[in-house]
Amino acid sequence: MPDNPATLSAKAMGPSPERSPSQQRLLDRRRKVTDRIATGFAILMALLVVAPLLAVFAYLVVRGIGSLNWAFFTHLPVPVGEQGGGVANAIVGSVMILAIASIIGVPWGIGAGIYLAEYGRGRFAWLLRFTADVLNGVPSIVIGIVAYALVVLTQKHFSALSGGVALGIMMIPTITRATEEVLLLVPLSIREAAWGIGMARWRTTLSITLRTASAGVITAVMLAFARIAGETAPLLFTAFGNQFWNLNPNQPTAALPLQLFVYAISPFDEWHRLAWACALVLIALIVGAVAAVRLVASRGMMQGAS
Amino acid sequence: MAATGVTIPLIPAKASRVPDRVFSGAMLFCGLSLLTIVVLIVVELVLQSRLSLHAFGWRFFKGTNWDPVAGDFGALPFIYGTLVSSLVALVIAIPLSVGVAVFTTEMCPKPLRGTISFLTELLAAIPSVVFGLWAIFVLAPLLREYVQPWLAKYFGWTSLFSGPPFGIGMLAAGIILAIMIVPIIASITREVLTAVPQQQREAVLALGATRWEMIRVGVLRNARTGIVGAIILGLGRALGETMAVTMVIGNTPQIAKSLFAPGYTMASVIANEFTEATGDLYLSALVEIGLGLFLVTIVVNMLAGLLVWSVTRGMPARARA
Amino acid sequence: MGVGVQVEKLNAWFGATQALFDVAMDVPANHATAVIGPSGCGKSTFVRCLNRMHETVRDARLEGRVRIGSMEVYGDGTSAVEVRRRVGMVFQKPNPFPTMSIYDNVAAGLKLNGFHNRRVLDEVVERSLHMAALWDEVKDFLKKKSGASLSGGQQQRLCIARALAVQPEVMLMDEPASALDPISTSKIEELIFQLKEQYTIVIVTHNMQQAARVAEYTGFFLMGKLIEFDKTEKIFTNPSDKRTEDYITGRFG
Repeated sequence: MPDNPATLSAKAMGPSPERSPSQQRLLDRRRKVTDRIATGFAILMALLVVAPLLAVFAYLVVRGIGSLNWAFFTHLPVPVGEQGGGVANAIVGSVMILAIASIIGVPWGIGAGIYLAEYGRGRFAWLLRFTADVLNGVPSIVIGIVAYALVVLTQKHFSALSGGVALGIMMIPTITRATEEVLLLVPLSIREAAWGIGMARWRTTLSITLRTASAGVITAVMLAFARIAGETAPLLFTAFGNQFWNLNPNQPTAALPLQLFVYAISPFDEWHRLAWACALVLIALIVGAVAAVRLVASRGMMQGAS
Repeated sequence: MAATGVTIPLIPAKASRVPDRVFSGAMLFCGLSLLTIVVLIVVELVLQSRLSLHAFGWRFFKGTNWDPVAGDFGALPFIYGTLVSSLVALVIAIPLSVGVAVFTTEMCPKPLRGTISFLTELLAAIPSVVFGLWAIFVLAPLLREYVQPWLAKYFGWTSLFSGPPFGIGMLAAGIILAIMIVPIIASITREVLTAVPQQQREAVLALGATRWEMIRVGVLRNARTGIVGAIILGLGRALGETMAVTMVIGNTPQIAKSLFAPGYTMASVIANEFTEATGDLYLSALVEIGLGLFLVTIVVNMLAGLLVWSVTRGMPARARA
Repeated sequence: MGVGVQVEKLNAWFGATQALFDVAMDVPANHATAVIGPSGCGKSTFVRCLNRMHETVRDARLEGRVRIGSMEVYGDGTSAVEVRRRVGMVFQKPNPFPTMSIYDNVAAGLKLNGFHNRRVLDEVVERSLHMAALWDEVKDFLKKKSGASLSGGQQQRLCIARALAVQPEVMLMDEPASALDPISTSKIEELIFQLKEQYTIVIVTHNMQQAARVAEYTGFFLMGKLIEFDKTEKIFTNPSDKRTEDYITGRFG
């Protein structure tokens, strides 16, 4: 039987929390001040986060843009002490390495994503998902060691191939998880419609489900690509770098981020200048990819999934 | 082909199941690749470090002497460097990330929200080398000319800020790491904060709370497990970060109390010395450091994953940069 | 002791859509007033205007005058925090704080207002749980169990206790029993019956029998306008407006 609150008047149950009006006003003011401080702090944090971004971009443009000339993009590096020179071989080398990486990473990653979205059930699928998330956190230099052990040691020399293997391995978990998420967004009814007219499962998955989610998958691939385009650590002892032209994937190859690193830590001013230019080019490519991804995502995915 | 009233099946009645089986098998193969990669990593790391494992055993991780010439290798300075630089990074990054996340989800006017999240995403996309370049030529001089003398003047009595201000060193590494892990912590924190139901916020407001009190009691408190997970994920990233740290930490294998002193991290020593390693034992020692790094980051990321999953209920991860 | 609520010429918008049109009501002190009407008629909006929760929604706007006792709710010098401290609210879906114990849930409002004295908190928590008819059921594990571990009906009574702890003068209840089973509902109704001797209660309900059971006064809303406001008995037996009659007799809504 619950107590009747009518008999429990405020006065009957001991001291009630009362305060003098001036005490209350003081407390209210303190709470208001705390609120203002907290708001100000949060705004300050937001500014402090945006500031380094703007600073990095500003410096890149200011220090790098002067060096972006035709020679930069088409010439080979020149020996120390001489002016000029370019990073043409590094650009080509990067393209080659990234192409190898994509050939390895993209089909594998999408395949794994398809498996998780369309066939995966229960504990096993959970384990794979968890593994993918964990793999995303493995330091890139460790992946580099593994590629070194697998390819470089076997071939007994550095190569663009080993670099591509390292970067390709890095692409797989990212693409897998993103592909899975995008495929799961495609409504079951679309699949069922295809099965209903007698379409085989594999055909449905490829021509219907994947096609519907294509914008999202492309987004995922581009994001993974943007991420590995700037990776340097694994290339240090796989692709290794090269002062000259190289179009053979089985030879050591130059890469843009590698070249940047070498120039940046050198003691030569001329090379520092080139480093800034490299960084600007690299950033431009990556920012372009990220912006394109955002554009595709905001327009394409909505059309595809409905 | 006149219409004869006979229905033509899209797939012949005796359709083979083989293509479906082949396809699902191929997809399974791809899925298994994830597990294969992990196994491969462990196998190769152990295999390539067997010389060093055999020679030093557990002493390896306690030894402070890194002497390639004498063939004596101890990894403690690198472990110390990795931990300290990551810790400094966390101390700086946590208020920044949680602050910007709270700002974007609870305080920010809607049109600004997209801009700030875009900028944070952009920050995440900048490669490590580029940060390193900026750190060498902009951050380090800034530290050397202004920040470090200021710190030494007012906080020099703590042994943290003593010694000559080089600019580069543990502090520089910590700061650039912080800038790099803020986007990760911030984006997951933002996800977690948005997941807190609106009714919780209203319940606190209805009791007569100020906005900050509502955020504190109704949002942050409910999201704290996820926020901790986000922070640990940031830690995992900081532990394995290589290029930017290598470029500003000073590459000196020593254990020093001051943050002004140069140091060395596990990832940096591998990056710097792998291609210079003369002799199998040297290389093996470096690989063993890689093994240690791998194990540490795996454990940290697993822990973070469990925490974040418990809040977001294991939803598929977004393609985070 | 409760105070009365006077509403004059209240108009409210969500962006460009107007939700309330010139609502005027005199809610008597120490009585329970029910607010009824079909879905979307503005009854929840009306009640949320009384404790300034309406303005927490983006693009929400309001004009008019609300007085609680002698306090101008929308006066220049009055802060929303002040208003909400004096007006308690119970929501449709019970929302106890899941990371806090039962004790901490009830004490939350007090701690926010700066009361940290253990003895004071203990007494107020106990008193509030008594008033919410929950004390006997939870007294053995006040600090051990979390607020979310209780059943739906118990959670709602916990929310009522939480609201009562800061000693409001007015209690607003937005369909407090609609998410609960019949037994919990009747317990809540019994509670309201007892609470109205000490507080002024405004309860939104879509259940006309509930209004008839617990409230002395009733206001009928339709499409953002207050159609009729009178003693409950009159509204349900002899309404003045035809629209009220249509709703009561179930011709719509």
